[in-house]
This record gives sequence, C-alpha cells and structure tokens, in this order.
Amino acid sequence: MIRRLVSVWHARNLEFVRDRSTLLFTLVMPVMLIVGMSFVFGGQERPLFKVGVLSAAPLDKSAHPFLHERFVDFVPIASESDGLHKVTHQQIDLLLDLPHRGVAAGARASANAGTGENGGGDASAGAGADADAGDAQGPPRYWVNTDSPKGYIVEKLLLASAPTAKRERVTGTATRYIDWLFPGILGMNMMFSCLFGVGYVVLRYRKNGFLKRLHATPLTAFEFLSAQVLSRLCLILFVTVLLYIGIASIIHFHSAGSLLLLFVLAVLASLSMIALGLTIAARFASEELVAGLLNLLTWPMMLLSGIWFSLEGSPQWVQWLASIFPLTHLLEASRAIMLDGAGVAQIVPDLIYLGVTAVAFLVFGAWSFRWRIE
Amino acid sequence: MRRAENDRTFDRAPNLLASRRRFATGMDKKIMTGPILEVCNLVKQYGTVTAVSDVSFRVPEGMCFGLLGPNGAGKTTTIEIMEGILSATAGEVRYRGEPLGRQFREEAGILFQKTALQDFLTVRQCLTMFRGLYDRGLEVEELIKVCALEKLAGRDNRKLSGGQQQRLLLAIALVNDPALIFLDEPTTGLDPQARRNFWELIQSIKARRKTVILTTHYMEEAELLCDEIAIMDNGKIIAQGTPRELLNQHFADVLLELPRHEFPDSARHLPLTVIEASDSVEITTNDLDATLRTLMDARVPLQNLRIRPPNLEDLFLELTGKALRA
Repeated sequence: MIRRLVSVWHARNLEFVRDRSTLLFTLVMPVMLIVGMSFVFGGQERPLFKVGVLSAAPLDKSAHPFLHERFVDFVPIASESDGLHKVTHQQIDLLLDLPHRGVAAGARASANAGTGENGGGDASAGAGADADAGDAQGPPRYWVNTDSPKGYIVEKLLLASAPTAKRERVTGTATRYIDWLFPGILGMNMMFSCLFGVGYVVLRYRKNGFLKRLHATPLTAFEFLSAQVLSRLCLILFVTVLLYIGIASIIHFHSAGSLLLLFVLAVLASLSMIALGLTIAARFASEELVAGLLNLLTWPMMLLSGIWFSLEGSPQWVQWLASIFPLTHLLEASRAIMLDGAGVAQIVPDLIYLGVTAVAFLVFGAWSFRWRIE
Repeated sequence: MRRAENDRTFDRAPNLLASRRRFATGMDKKIMTGPILEVCNLVKQYGTVTAVSDVSFRVPEGMCFGLLGPNGAGKTTTIEIMEGILSATAGEVRYRGEPLGRQFREEAGILFQKTALQDFLTVRQCLTMFRGLYDRGLEVEELIKVCALEKLAGRDNRKLSGGQQQRLLLAIALVNDPALIFLDEPTTGLDPQARRNFWELIQSIKARRKTVILTTHYMEEAELLCDEIAIMDNGKIIAQGTPRELLNQHFADVLLELPRHEFPDSARHLPLTVIEASDSVEITTNDLDATLRTLMDARVPLQNLRIRPPNLEDLFLELTGKALRA
C-alpha cells in the first residue's frame, strides 16, 4: 500500500513541479500575501475603534488625554455634517469635538487670526495636555450611534477620560450595523459568483476540448465571452434579487433609494466583475494557477472594498488601491442608494467606472483569449 | 447490453434508409472540379521537433481523402492545421483558393478525435446549440434522423455509448450542411458493429458529393471509404494515390503469411522478400509456385500458410517497416 501511495504521491509532485506557471505562482503568492498584509495591517497595533475628531488639520495628540487611548484610531474629520453622516452609517464609532481644537474652533481661529495650524490657533493650545485643560474651555461634545455596539464601548472610554463630555443628539436616522453590512453581503456573494463561476467554467471548457470544438465554428472569441458574461449575469441577478428580497424581509430593511437604480448598478457591477474573471481564465489551462489568481483578486477585494468595515482613516494608498476594485464602487454606490436614498447624479462616477471597466475587461479578455493551449 | 442494443437500432430504424436517401440525393449535386483544399509546403515545429515537414497535397471537391499513418506520424497535426485549429510554422492551407477564413468556418464540418460537450445537455440541445452557430444548415430533426439519434434525442449526452457519442459528434459536424468534412479517427475505440454502422453513415455523406478528409488507423476503413490516400511517416508524405494504384505500385501479385514461430531461422537466408511482423512472417512474390517450392525444399511447415492479396497495412509495412497502429 505504501509503495502505491508513494508512487502516486511522487507522480503528483512531478506533475505539480513541472507545471512551471503554477509552481511559480504558488511560491510567489505567499510572499505577496505577507507583503500585502504587512502593508495593510502591519506596523502599529490594530485599533479596535474608530473615532472621528472634528479638525481641519492633522490631530494634535496633546489636545486631550482621550487622544492617547490605545486601540482607538482617531481620524480627523473636516465638517460636522460629514462626521455625523459617518456616525449614522457606522463608518466611525463616535464623533468628537474638542472645544477650540475642532474644526469649528479651527475655522474660528482661521477667521480671526488667519491661522488654524496645529489643532487650533489660540494661545491656550499648547498649554493644556490634560482633561482639565480641555474642560477649562468647555466640555468636549460627542455624537454616537446608539445602535452601534462599538459606539457604546468607545463612549464609555471617552467618559472615563472626560466625564463631563456632553453627548449631542444625532440628527437623521441612525443606521443599524446590519443595514450597513447588507450591501456588503450581497456584493461579496456577487463577487465570488462572478469571478469563480465564469473563471472555472471557461477553464473546464478549455481542458475538456469543448473550446477547441467551438473554435472550429464561426463563433468568435468576443461572441463566446459575451455569451458567458450574459449567462452568468442573468444567474447572478436572479440570485441577488432573491437574496435581497429574502434578507430584507428578515431584517426589515427598506431601501431609501430607487430599487431600479440599484438593479442597474448591480448589472454594471456584475458585468465588470464577470469580465474581470474572464481576463484571468482567458488563456490559462491550470486549475491551480487560475484558482490562485482568482484568490489574489478576491482576497484584497474582500478585505479592502469595505464589506465588513469602513476604510475610514486607512492610509491613503490603501484607499486608492481599494478604489480600483469594482466591488468598492458597487458597495459605495449601493450603500448610497440603500441607506441615503442617493439618485443617479450622486452615483454616476461609480456607474461610469463600472461600465468602463466592464468593457475594458471584456475587450482585454477577448484579445488575450486562447481557445486551446498548444 | 443497453448500449449494444441502442447501437443496433441504427440498422433497424425503419425510416432510416429513406432518411439517408433523402440526405444523399436531395442536396446540391456539385461536380468534381478543382481542389477544394490545397495544402502548400506545410511545416509545423514544436521547439526542435518537426512534427510536419514540408507537406503538400490537393484535395479535389467531392473526394474522400484519407490521411494514414502510425501514431506520431504527424497526421493529426496536419489535419488540425487544415482545420484552422492549429497555426502552421510555415506554409499555408487554402480553401477554394483562399486562405482559411470565415467562409471556411461556415462551410467546414469537423469531427475531432475527442470532444467533450457541455454537461447536462441532451442530444437535441447539443445539436440546437451548434446549429445556432451557423448561418445555414440542416434542421435539427433531420440531423437526428440521418444519424439515427431519434431514441437518444432526449438523453444527456454524457450517458451515450461510444458509438452513440460518435454519431452525435458526426451530427454536430453535419449541422451546417458542410461542403468539406474532417473526420479525425472517427471510429477509434468503437466495437466492430458500431464501426460498420458509422461507415454506412460516412458513405451516405459521400453519396451527397461532400468532400471528406479522413484520418484512420484502420486500413479496411480507408480501403472501403477513401478515393485517394496519403501515407505519412515522420511528418512527411511517403506515398499518395488511390489505394489500388499504391498497391499495384508497391506489390507483386500475392502475399504469403506464416506464423513467426513456424518460420525457422535457417529459412531467413532463402532468396525471398520477407517482412517480419510481430507474430507473423510475410513473403511477397509474383511467382507463387517457385516460392512454395523454395519453402518446401527448406522444410518450412506450411500447414498454417495463408495466401492473400496485399492490403494497405502491408503497404505501410513495406514503406516504413512499422505497423500502422504502432
């Protein structure tokens, strides 16, 4: 038995090692993952909470002891309305306004003295590095989403540092986390179905010779790929609509915006992601390589497109990278429609991006497509 | 058991002959004219290996042209270049005087050695799908009749026997009512009954004056179906002509066949033309009496001697020293 096992094990190893493209990818993929993860999550301790601080300038940590709390990411936010939007949409857990240090104070200082540098322009800025100093100019004000569990905890942390901090009323409808997450779940399901569904089907057709047979007909690569895209699109839309109806009825969710616009967005996003999957499957014949490449796409999208958490406060390059992914545009636009009732005008950049990438990926896929591997 | 029964239905179908007759006579009656396909100085290299080396031939319209050779001779590579599936390193293939293009794809039908179809599709659905890829062609129901697929039309294509599968693939190759049909080893792996059924189908295609290009390992298949053959070895064409012409060119009248173990070593020095096959010894001669006398004088046992006319298999052995199915 051992001999047979070793024979098969050895043959499989030879097969794997001689498939150079897969071998190379298998070696490169972990390195890329390590490098990517170290960039995104490495360095400082990962914060558990995200607090927006009204400030037109980079934050001065000495402005208040609360700003020294560990595991809290303090993000400068330029305007109160922007901050409140982020609180209600759970993009930040709490919004804080430190008197004479926030944007209002900064703006006032700028208007009065022509400066708003270093967290404020008044003379007392450098004096107070403790709670008393802050309180001496009035208690900090804060806004918190009472539906957010993390908001509840970070509020306790704030009150421990600044017991006199005053909670302000959050205007507008607070969004539940599940409402914020809902578009993410739909988007993630679409992403996997788009990328893996089409990628593996084309690969199977290539390996079993069906593509070779089609090649002998008048069918062009563009026609074949378009048919695959449209077939998968219908399936994805059907499943997504079913999921939407099912989940929305369970969590009692009602979209604030047009469902028709949401459908159009789903069509464009699906087209873009299916065509992206086709570019991967366009010319390879190795399951392992295609699986690896698809993983290379789906992992960053899952982590950086904002399915589970907001990228608020992430390094600029991470946000820039995220903005490349079609899923990011789908989620931003769908949240705008579903949670804020956004219309076409507000999401038109996302629609254009998704439409352009769909066409670009499809054209690239058709150009690089191989019916068979010689 | 069920497979064999289904294969036999091919012959028993009462309306099949009528269908085939309609198929064979009701269509275009093209007159054999110039070449429908020309292969000019074809070369195909894979790295340092030359699979096809400067191959040229012409296939007149309406002919069944056979490309024969052992495995590795280069015939599948040649035929795939002719089908437009593979690119040539050098040389070209011309269809009706033009490089292969849209017209060729519309007018050619191809049956590959191995083709997988889409999972879960029935026979009728497979045919409908392929029919949709062409501007013109035969009706799906007619194809089903011609290829005796009536009882299988609703069956999942993965649940067909080898013979049934080949009939479906032939129906797919005929879906565009092609002027030129490539059949790449169409009967390999079929049992004798299914193979004969398939030959009958090919003959009905020939009767429609379609041009057929056939590769095969089976010499009886080539002799039965092909008007002209080209024999390939080591990437080159080593003989070309009608089967009868080639046999007349290379062989005397008769061939004597003896079991190898009954042919003593001492007889190997006799003045005879001897070809040694795996389990037999073959002697070609144009003077049967003299050869028999020589063998008897050498005390070679003749109880199991067979005397037969030479066939294409013998021709191939004569030309290359290799068995065709090697």
